[in-house]
Amino acid sequence: MSKQSGAVNRKRGLSDNTKGMVKLTALRVIVYAILIFLSFLCLFFFYLMIINASRTHADLQKGFTLLPGGNFIQNLVNAWNDASINIPRGMLNSLIIALATAVLTTYFSALTAYGIHAYDFRGKKLVFTFILAVMMIPSQVSAVGFVQLMNKMGLHDSYIPLIVPGIAAPVVFFYMKQYMESVLPLDLVAAARVDGSGEFRTFNTIVLPLLKPAIAVQMIFSFVSSWNNYFIPALLLDKPEKKTVPIMIAQLRSADYSKFDMGKVFMFILLAILPVMIVYIILSKSIIKGITAGSVKG
Amino acid sequence: MEKQIRRKDGSLKSVSYAKWGFIFIAPFFLVYIVFTLIPQFLTLYNSFFENYRDGLKQIGPNFVGLDNYKELFSPDGNGTILVLRYTLNTLIMWLLGAIPQFVIAMLLAIFFTSYRLKIKGQGFFKSVIYMPNLIMAAAFSMLFFTLFDMTGPIHYVLVENGIIDASFDFFSNRVTVRSLIALMNFLMWFGNTTIVLMAGIMGIDQSLFESATIDGANPVQVFFRVTFPLLMPIFVYCLITAMIGGIQMYDVPQVLTKGNGSPNGLSKTLVMYLNSYFGPSKNYGMAGALSVYIFVITGSLGFFVYKRLSAPYKDSARKHRRRKGDVI
Repeated sequence: MSKQSGAVNRKRGLSDNTKGMVKLTALRVIVYAILIFLSFLCLFFFYLMIINASRTHADLQKGFTLLPGGNFIQNLVNAWNDASINIPRGMLNSLIIALATAVLTTYFSALTAYGIHAYDFRGKKLVFTFILAVMMIPSQVSAVGFVQLMNKMGLHDSYIPLIVPGIAAPVVFFYMKQYMESVLPLDLVAAARVDGSGEFRTFNTIVLPLLKPAIAVQMIFSFVSSWNNYFIPALLLDKPEKKTVPIMIAQLRSADYSKFDMGKVFMFILLAILPVMIVYIILSKSIIKGITAGSVKG
Repeated sequence: MEKQIRRKDGSLKSVSYAKWGFIFIAPFFLVYIVFTLIPQFLTLYNSFFENYRDGLKQIGPNFVGLDNYKELFSPDGNGTILVLRYTLNTLIMWLLGAIPQFVIAMLLAIFFTSYRLKIKGQGFFKSVIYMPNLIMAAAFSMLFFTLFDMTGPIHYVLVENGIIDASFDFFSNRVTVRSLIALMNFLMWFGNTTIVLMAGIMGIDQSLFESATIDGANPVQVFFRVTFPLLMPIFVYCLITAMIGGIQMYDVPQVLTKGNGSPNGLSKTLVMYLNSYFGPSKNYGMAGALSVYIFVITGSLGFFVYKRLSAPYKDSARKHRRRKGDVI
């Protein structure tokens, strides 16, 4: 290869390089534009909700603005004291159900996962296969039998059918099992045994603390999905004082809503999603880490 | 291996511990049987019975064989088979949301993992795009209704700017209702898919990308020849779980259209149809047959998910380790 062609090559390489830099910068601009647009789309509707929750009904009828009004507190008071939709009661009901579900789901899923992870017994493989196989069956398809059975057991308008089934949560079980495989050495269990610890005590005092990160993530998820759950509770809860938040929100829609104070309606929606929003703003980092961890292994 | 040998030494010991395995999994199975398995069989059982309320009169339960299934698939007065129409509605609305969901999630996953782009503020963007996933679907839908309703602010702005006519109603137009439902589903799920796909890409051995680049592959080639094929198992898993979620679509269209799937039942989904049988008619027979139909569709999709999840646990430990080591 002659000297000259080498130089030409080098020259071309240089211009390729600058071209590449320009291209990369252009690409970056496009990527950031897409990201900002999507973030905007995700936040915009909630922004509108908060703005509208701070305006009076008359203001809302007049039109559209992107600036908050001064009626936030008044709307909050109105929504809180509404006669037909008892939102504080609904929030309390939802909170009780969601907290109880979150605790039961995570504790018993960890217990079940530990039972399969740490012990060898006959039919263990079969049990595991069974749980995997039923994991994707949605609760809606057994709703008919479920509602019938609960009515027969006198559990209509009771929270038991909304809380207790959380004990058998295949998805959470699977997450816990995966997590145990990566963090729980069985030697530790054996050592506890040598030290005379009973099996339940070992689980509660040694295994559970090791699972803390997994438990935290799954508690958040089961809390949120229970808080947001609409289909089954709507079929079981009839008494107004028993109703949960999603049922009340749906009621808002089926009522003749043109009669409503719109500022109040926006406030109802805000109150319905507020607890989850607050939890998310505080814990979003660990939540996202949790999904990432759960999905890679899945 | 070591564990097994140790167990063999004191075989008495291992027998006495086996019982604890059963004790620990007992609550799960007890609850599963009472609250899921028995209801599932009851649902199936119901599907063979005529059992509903006609005004104040209770009809049945009388055994009718497969009549409920026949009725489910027979055309109504206008000659449409409702269950198929609602299946189609569900599918269309799912696809309208899922296609952009997967395309954008794939793009974002590539952006976030690209070491050439080095996107800043990833934590912020991820937090923001994931957020709608946790929002109560019923409330989100109610919010959309209030915003897009004829008295709502978005309707107002669009009329002001002459984009739509003042008499235009988003909720009596097939295209806009379905699009709004798809938009909500998209917003609620694309962040989740992004994070899962991203985790999948990060699980791929980095040296594969490097060697492909050294061999002269451009980024597009790297994606189609290296990244995507290796991501395929996770992608398919995501797709099928999304499909199963799509079949269950309920809260959003139910609240948005007040349960009637306006206009003309064209935004009514399968689970909304199921819910309508719980109304005053309490038609448990038909609801049972419809549930079995939904179960069969989800079940066949779920089978793929099961295959995918159980693959690492089948076979030998050697295969397990290898799988864990490379793609997943």
